[in-house]
Amino acid sequence: MEGKAGNFKVTLTQHPRYIREDKCTGCGICVKYCPVEYPDPFNQAISKNKAVHVYFSQAIPLVAYIDQSCLYLKEKKCLVCDSVCQADAIDLRQREEKINVAVGAIILASGIKPFDPRNHAEYGYGKMQNVVTSMDYERLLSSTGPYRGEILRASDKKHPKNIAWIQCVGSRRTTMGGNSYCSGVCCTYTQKQVILTKDHAPDARCTIFHNDIRAFGKDFERYFQRTAALPGVRFIRSYVSVDREEPENRNVVVRYATADAGVKEETFDMVVLSVGLTPPADHLGLAQTFGIALSDHGFNRADPVNPIATSRPGIFVSGAFQGPTDIPESVFSASGAGSLCGTLLDKRRGKLTKERIYPSERDVAGEEPRIGVFVCHCGANISSVVNVSSAVEYALTLPNVVYAKEQLFSCATNSAQEITDLAREKGLNRVVIAACSPRTLEPLFRDTLREAGLNQYYMDMANIREHCSWVHSKQKEAATEKAKDIIRMSVARARRLEPLQEFDLPVNKAALVVGGGIAGMTCALSIASQGHPVHLVERDKELGGMARRIPTTLEGMDVQAHLSDLIRKVYQHPSIHVLHDAQIIDVAGYVGNFETTVESERGVSRIQHGAAVIAVGADVYQPTEYLYGENPQVVTHLELGERIAEKDETIESAQSVVMIQCVGCRTTERNYCSRVCCSHAIKNALTLKAINPDMNVDILFRDMRSYGLREDYYRAAADKGVRFIRWEPEDPPKVEAGTGEDGRPVVKVTVADPILGQRLELDADILSLAAAVIPSPSTDAIASLFKVTLSPDGFFKEAHVKLKPVEFATDGVFLCGTAHYPKHIQETINQAYGAAGRVLTLLSRDTVVASGAVCAVTAKKCMGCGACLDVCTYGAIEMQKSRKGDKAVVNPVLCKGDGLCNAVCPTGAIVLQHFTDRVMLSQIDAVSAISDSVLQIDEVTACD
Amino acid sequence: MKNDIIPKEVIEQFSRSSASRHFGDVMVVGGGVSGIQASLDLATAGFKVYLVEKAPSIGGHMAQLDKTFPTNDCSM
Repeated sequence: MEGKAGNFKVTLTQHPRYIREDKCTGCGICVKYCPVEYPDPFNQAISKNKAVHVYFSQAIPLVAYIDQSCLYLKEKKCLVCDSVCQADAIDLRQREEKINVAVGAIILASGIKPFDPRNHAEYGYGKMQNVVTSMDYERLLSSTGPYRGEILRASDKKHPKNIAWIQCVGSRRTTMGGNSYCSGVCCTYTQKQVILTKDHAPDARCTIFHNDIRAFGKDFERYFQRTAALPGVRFIRSYVSVDREEPENRNVVVRYATADAGVKEETFDMVVLSVGLTPPADHLGLAQTFGIALSDHGFNRADPVNPIATSRPGIFVSGAFQGPTDIPESVFSASGAGSLCGTLLDKRRGKLTKERIYPSERDVAGEEPRIGVFVCHCGANISSVVNVSSAVEYALTLPNVVYAKEQLFSCATNSAQEITDLAREKGLNRVVIAACSPRTLEPLFRDTLREAGLNQYYMDMANIREHCSWVHSKQKEAATEKAKDIIRMSVARARRLEPLQEFDLPVNKAALVVGGGIAGMTCALSIASQGHPVHLVERDKELGGMARRIPTTLEGMDVQAHLSDLIRKVYQHPSIHVLHDAQIIDVAGYVGNFETTVESERGVSRIQHGAAVIAVGADVYQPTEYLYGENPQVVTHLELGERIAEKDETIESAQSVVMIQCVGCRTTERNYCSRVCCSHAIKNALTLKAINPDMNVDILFRDMRSYGLREDYYRAAADKGVRFIRWEPEDPPKVEAGTGEDGRPVVKVTVADPILGQRLELDADILSLAAAVIPSPSTDAIASLFKVTLSPDGFFKEAHVKLKPVEFATDGVFLCGTAHYPKHIQETINQAYGAAGRVLTLLSRDTVVASGAVCAVTAKKCMGCGACLDVCTYGAIEMQKSRKGDKAVVNPVLCKGDGLCNAVCPTGAIVLQHFTDRVMLSQIDAVSAISDSVLQIDEVTACD
Repeated sequence: MKNDIIPKEVIEQFSRSSASRHFGDVMVVGGGVSGIQASLDLATAGFKVYLVEKAPSIGGHMAQLDKTFPTNDCSM
């Protein structure tokens, strides 16, 4: 790679696939005939695959590739694949190709490599057959895995009934070959594997040997509790080693020590090593090629104020190359990297992209329905249970079905093309896809119809996977009959479908950002730097939010310097308009066209905007525990940090500081972890130790949750003599005012030490409490104004935990910062750029498309009772006065087509298009129908 | 004046060579969940993206996972 930001030249080597991608249909015939078997990399080499195969069943592109184990590539023999391939797709003469690409920016999203425990004798991996890694176990659990979703032991292919998980393999270790950091995901993925194991085999016994349980993410605490409450599940806090394998049955003997029972040995059928995350395999090569600096751990060396940036301008990182991260962070840091590229390349936007052009729509309203039915095998997901050929034959007997065909994967590019081509060739005007749930692939198949020149609403999906093959895997014949029933219903429905028009709405190019903390300001600047006006509303008189109270981060970033810089940039930016002392009074409109009324220092203003970002932050819990508010020696971590920064004499001269963690959270009332407090305590402890190394600092904790790279600071604090004492929720520390040996006033803290097995009494000059992070008081009001929802803990609820972490279910409204959940400043910055990136995907377009499947009111039937108005979650219905009284009117843009109003309307005046009574009834009637009942349906609808 | 029309083959050759050169706005290295998201966002926001992946398919490690926590949604 060479060049600089805006103008990079990258040379790529494209390895040969030995398959012509444009010809391969992914049919798998070559795989059947290929004589060479080799360990399947996708299945962690647990099972074998052929030298030619499709990487995995839903691979994109869904075409085969040939591995170097191929006989022809090794010895110029065989070529059987070439002779059986009907698509003439095999090309064993392909060579490596050099490709030159010129781009303006680069995003390194190279991910992680799971830790390889092979060279660590204490785990026996690679030597004992029934010791697997968590990645191996994922494949064992998967229905596309080596044993098709059966959890089997390698040694005897039997179901293990007694399984142990060993946590922190390759993480939190300073020994050779380990990583000192915490990988952050293993605690929770292990809990997931335990839950899934119990789903597979309810009688399985599961034991988890762990250190701290780091359930620091949103809903993780509940997930841990759910796992721990399952019968036969034990969590044992202990370091363990895999001792030996029993030769007669290959069971694995694990040795562990607990505080109360000493060293014990226990035998398990299978041991799963919960391996950590390490930098991508070729991270040194990547760093050299792209000229970026790495941290000591081999991840990108983060700029404290922008974790997405690298040491080289124009090159960005997203995902786990930033450091060990979970999926949602990988997703929003990706959107964030997109936003930073957008800032850099804004002038080039739209120059190289091409608009998709669809053929014009054929008017088929007057035609008799001509239905085509495509039945998908979904690899083996459907076809291993449902007899697909018989379903196809059956479909051909149904009224108006003029064509039916089976497909290996209807969603594959070539299959979609086939549907388009056949729709034209056979003159189809309705299409039924018998495959999976419409949730994921309906947009794809609608697109397929548009390509065929048909209205996209002439398509229906018959879900014969989730509703049939997946749930009836043991009743093949009955499942085939059910699949036919589902197809019959879908065909009945398709006959009645009507064409609907989607419409384009103009997009207002401005954004509204609610909240002027680090999240809101970072997001506002990123949007404004891509040429969009931003209105930033802040409820206080000053910008900065909670960060104003945080002097530094654990990693040493000067928060106040960064904050002043941000505030200056926000005020100086010509396209950012700040409103202080602001309160939102009303939000009207919809995606692309909001109008928000704000009352602020400048009076009442109405702001028109296309997108909104909610970044209202969070608040701190005011403890009622541990003498807080009664004794001046008791403070919160936040207050302690502020007073350290102010060089407060009482703090600096203290002989002893005690900190108590989890105050006000991880309780029944607030059943979540506040995520930041452990690192906060460590940060304050390290600062205090730097001021006075002789100061006694004790941190009383439940689990230390210094996840990720913060683990190094936890270790540093312990090395500097900070004492960490664990307490159990049943026996929390006790606090009372008293006097020390020298007569000075102290707070007396008593705590049971489970390791020493005795009660410790500590005299604290300062008692600092890790007060919970709680939702901002404005959360409820903002949520109802923007019609967005909250999670059980009272924070804003994102549209999808993993895949839409900065969106709301309400279109055009986005989320970032601690309003979503407590998080560190770096995580907030990542997420703020992420929200900006997502906002740009909306604002950079001129129009948004509104669905055609929305409600409409037949005014004649409406009696104006308003029942529909009350049940509509989206505020899409309003009453309008007419000469014949009040009539409900639907705003089709706000309507999400959930149909709630249909159910309550006493006169049937409100109708959800695409799901009209006519359509639904014909579908229902088809359940019991034999083909001649179609006549009855016709009669019913004729009366309609 | 001599007819100096450039032969058709030369024009074709020229247009072929310029077409085979790859110009884009952003290159995304890695086709896991992060790389896919970055590519989709950038393309939607009006940029031409080259997504580069070393495996025969995009999807990365997430494609190997069975389910995702804490909702146990299907990873695929």
